[in-house]
Amino acid sequence: MALITAKDLALGYDREVIVSGLNFEVNSGDYLCIVGENGSGKTTLMKTLLSLMEPIEGKILTGDGLNANEIGYLPQQTQVQKDFPASVKEVVLSGCQGRCGIRPFYSRKEKELAKSNMERMRIKELENRSYRELSGGQQQRVLLARALCATQKVLLLDEPVSGLDPKVTAEMYELIKKLNSEGITIIMISHDIEAAVLYASHILHIGEEVFFGTKEDYLKSSPGQLFIMNRRFKNEGKEQGGTGNDR
Amino acid sequence: MIDKLTLYFQYPFVRYALIVGVLIALCSSLLGVTLVLKRFSFIGDGLSHVAFGAMAIAAVLQFTNRMIIMLPVTVIAAILLLRTGQNTKIKGDAMVAMISVGSMAFGYLLMNIFSTSSNLTGDVCSTLFGSTSILTLTLREVRVCAVLSVVVVAIFVLFYNRIFAVTFDENFARAVGTKTDRYNLLIAVVIAVIIVLAMNLVGSLLISALVIFPALSAMRLFNNFKSVTVCSAVLSVICAFLGIMISILAGTPVGSTIVAIDVLAFTCCCAAGRLKGVGV
Repeated sequence: MALITAKDLALGYDREVIVSGLNFEVNSGDYLCIVGENGSGKTTLMKTLLSLMEPIEGKILTGDGLNANEIGYLPQQTQVQKDFPASVKEVVLSGCQGRCGIRPFYSRKEKELAKSNMERMRIKELENRSYRELSGGQQQRVLLARALCATQKVLLLDEPVSGLDPKVTAEMYELIKKLNSEGITIIMISHDIEAAVLYASHILHIGEEVFFGTKEDYLKSSPGQLFIMNRRFKNEGKEQGGTGNDR
Repeated sequence: MIDKLTLYFQYPFVRYALIVGVLIALCSSLLGVTLVLKRFSFIGDGLSHVAFGAMAIAAVLQFTNRMIIMLPVTVIAAILLLRTGQNTKIKGDAMVAMISVGSMAFGYLLMNIFSTSSNLTGDVCSTLFGSTSILTLTLREVRVCAVLSVVVVAIFVLFYNRIFAVTFDENFARAVGTKTDRYNLLIAVVIAVIIVLAMNLVGSLLISALVIFPALSAMRLFNNFKSVTVCSAVLSVICAFLGIMISILAGTPVGSTIVAIDVLAFTCCCAAGRLKGVGV
């Protein structure tokens, strides 16, 4: 059975449907990119996958020994975090929360786990630094380490490169690719269709037309063609405008 | 000066005031960090106005033990206010403003219409600024205060990690299976208890100072959550102690003296933070 299966999903707020008829499945080791225009329901889908929201119709099934709370999550940064006095160690350790059950404090095993994930993300030497002083890329790696503490199996990434400069963006993508090759299933929301096509194994395009399938099929499909053309057009427009840095 | 102090400390009400003052300062500073970081600094203020309204009702109904009305009303208001964080119909800050001025107005209205006291202005003033009530504490009130403080501190220590997780990133915490609603509720209830307790010490207008100043001062000096929490608790206790001492010696009102010292401490911490190069 697949790790996550979505059946006839309809999503939205206050019974107002944003997107419907979603069918897809994620298997162990996949790298799924969820693309679509702003407002097409990408974030809503993410929240539903994390069981932060109930779908209006349909359901999400988890299988293959995956519990609903074993999904690691890399959220977009919130305003609150920008001046939050917390050390890197504290933030990463808070990812172990789900493992505690009713135990109020972290065990040695969880502290070890946090340590090994900091090493994995190469932020061990930052452990006593304050989260708010770090650069954008470092902050993302801290949050990634925290997400890894919550899961061994699936990572959900919400726009992981938004606001990062091109060099750090490339590093971030490489890091995610490395995690994927180590056996962690990746589900990523992205605006960045070029990167999606480059790294993902599967693509879910949501919007007026819904597409789900492998990357190769996506490139041949009509939403894929349209999306790529739009992107190219926009990027050219921007480059002429002199900014050129689309995230 | 020492003689004067020893003389004063022979009176039990002075000792009670000191004990209660320090305990309240400790409790209020603990959750201050969370409130400031969750952008709820003003909630203390709003809730204290609600407590004021509730107290007016209790006074009109001539309850001897006003806590019976004040505590539940304030707890309910706290739950409503923290809930609106997620509700988008009326934004959180507008809601706080509405509830606080509304209950303030009704409270004063009730006191004015039904009051039996000859010195109404004095009564209102002392509820607002806590000028005398801390010196009229009975042993029973001190005990209640001590028990509630112990409960607040115990809850805070036990749920420290979860409070951190919920404050830092509520969505993430929920995604990994923490029952964030439950902890928000817990935070709301504890805040309400602290507010009702602190009304005795500083009066309803000055409570938010006790809640936010130590936290803000500590955030100037330290960069991780644990140090900030410990530092704000220590600062708050020191300021309350000094404030009470000074007010005894100089005959100034207790509440405003404590808050003045808190402000002073904040200024010092700001300067120290600049030198140390921490923070924003």
